[in-house]
Amino acid sequence: MSTFHFTLPVSDEDIKKVRIGDIVYVTGLVTTGRDDVHHRVVVSGKDSPVDLKGKAIFHAGPIMKDLGDGRYKIISVGPTTSMRMEKAEAEFLAKTGAKIVIGKGGMGPKTTQGCIDNTAICTIFPGGCAVVAAEQCNDVEGVEWLDLGMPEAMWKLNVEEFGPLIVSIDSYGGNLIEDNKKLFAERKEQALADLKGKLNYMS
Amino acid sequence: MPQDKDTVEKLSELISAFICYAAGHLPDDVRQRLDEMSKIETEGFAPQIYDCMRKNMEMADILARPSCQDTGLPQFFARVGTKYPYLDEVEASLIEAVKKATIRAPLRPNAVEVFEEYNTGNNIGSHIPWIDWELVPDSDELELYFYMAGGGCSLPGMAKVLMPLEGYEGIAKAVFDQMTTYGVNACPPCLVGIGIAGSAEVAAKLSKKALLRPVGSSNPNPKAAQMEKLIEDGLNSVGLGPGGFGGKLSCMGVNIEQASRHPATLAMGLSTACWAHRRAGIRIKPDYGYDFFTHKGVTL
Ligand code: SF4
Repeated sequence: MSTFHFTLPVSDEDIKKVRIGDIVYVTGLVTTGRDDVHHRVVVSGKDSPVDLKGKAIFHAGPIMKDLGDGRYKIISVGPTTSMRMEKAEAEFLAKTGAKIVIGKGGMGPKTTQGCIDNTAICTIFPGGCAVVAAEQCNDVEGVEWLDLGMPEAMWKLNVEEFGPLIVSIDSYGGNLIEDNKKLFAERKEQALADLKGKLNYMS
Repeated sequence: MPQDKDTVEKLSELISAFICYAAGHLPDDVRQRLDEMSKIETEGFAPQIYDCMRKNMEMADILARPSCQDTGLPQFFARVGTKYPYLDEVEASLIEAVKKATIRAPLRPNAVEVFEEYNTGNNIGSHIPWIDWELVPDSDELELYFYMAGGGCSLPGMAKVLMPLEGYEGIAKAVFDQMTTYGVNACPPCLVGIGIAGSAEVAAKLSKKALLRPVGSSNPNPKAAQMEKLIEDGLNSVGLGPGGFGGKLSCMGVNIEQASRHPATLAMGLSTACWAHRRAGIRIKPDYGYDFFTHKGVTL
């Protein structure tokens, strides 16, 4: 297990150094985007208003405080369930050139293939740790597509040493959470077998 | 009697403060269990994740901010004394309190109108805040539970009606199936709430009520308590670990609530609470004195 500190935009060479189970910290521009942003880019075919080449897309719907004059203060931002973006992520990476996905709970085979094809990685920020994440953001550079509502808009965050980001999918087809889920499925069968006959309240 | 504006103002101020505090502070029982679990989870990614969780709780307290950005859909479970003097004002006060807390905490606007498909922007929507009513005879108090139903932790939720011959093992199987798949996305370690009844909606509601029971409490029925323990131990043997990264444990606990079933049905419901289990309980007296019993010693 290695730890990497990347400044965004990140190069393919750097992405290739990373394997599942490694930990990454990023510095630079991280942009939030979840269901609606993916839908707009992939299904509706609109171009991302933020240049994401080599950068990070963060599956997150933050709480922002409007300070007026287009300025915002970040209150709380943490990862949302990445699996919801599974349908669209591979195409999103191809279209935008984003290299690092930040979210929680892992993603599926389509995204795994997308990470191979686009030399990208998926990472997980510890879920529910939204104040820690917010405090790693130096400022909010701006917002795009605010018409989607606060949680769904694209918030441009300048982050410093943002992490720990645990690498769940690497650019070689490794998928940490899918591996874990297989293990959980096996252990589940064993646990259910052990329960057999113990919940017989009907006899 | 017409609704009294002063009462709504006073009551909503208190409840708004209660919501704001709950957004940033987990209840005592949850904090204690997380602390116990972090001492057992000493391998792999677990220590780093528990560390991040601990830091998050501290910072949320110091900075007075919601501890998770997903402040959920607001849900109230009200147990109102039939002699509570402000019955007419309770509902209006709850709605007003959510409006105020949305600005003050601030909470993330999460109420999306179905069909119209837009976010109302203030956490008020059709049937939102969700209010569940229960009457308590001979009481002059208002007992309120507030729960923030986040997206990730609502996702494993389900209800279905089993054939009785599928038995209680059928219930266990459904719980294990959900927790080992969707549960990974629900920011584990979760508290698992199970409802058992005769129809789906009763089972579902009881499963949420089960989440309002303290972590570490047992169902008063010894068989139900045994089932809670068996499922908890079984889930822990799967070792989801914090965040689903693997570990020695899976959940904060399993709570079951039950209602009589129909001879021909065995309905089950499942609700899960993430580690950031923002449940808060308060008992409010007619003179606005209160007992914030989930967060001992806190003054609002
Ligand atoms: S599951 Fe809970 S802790 Fe995780 S993001 Fe949702 S509300 Fe926050």
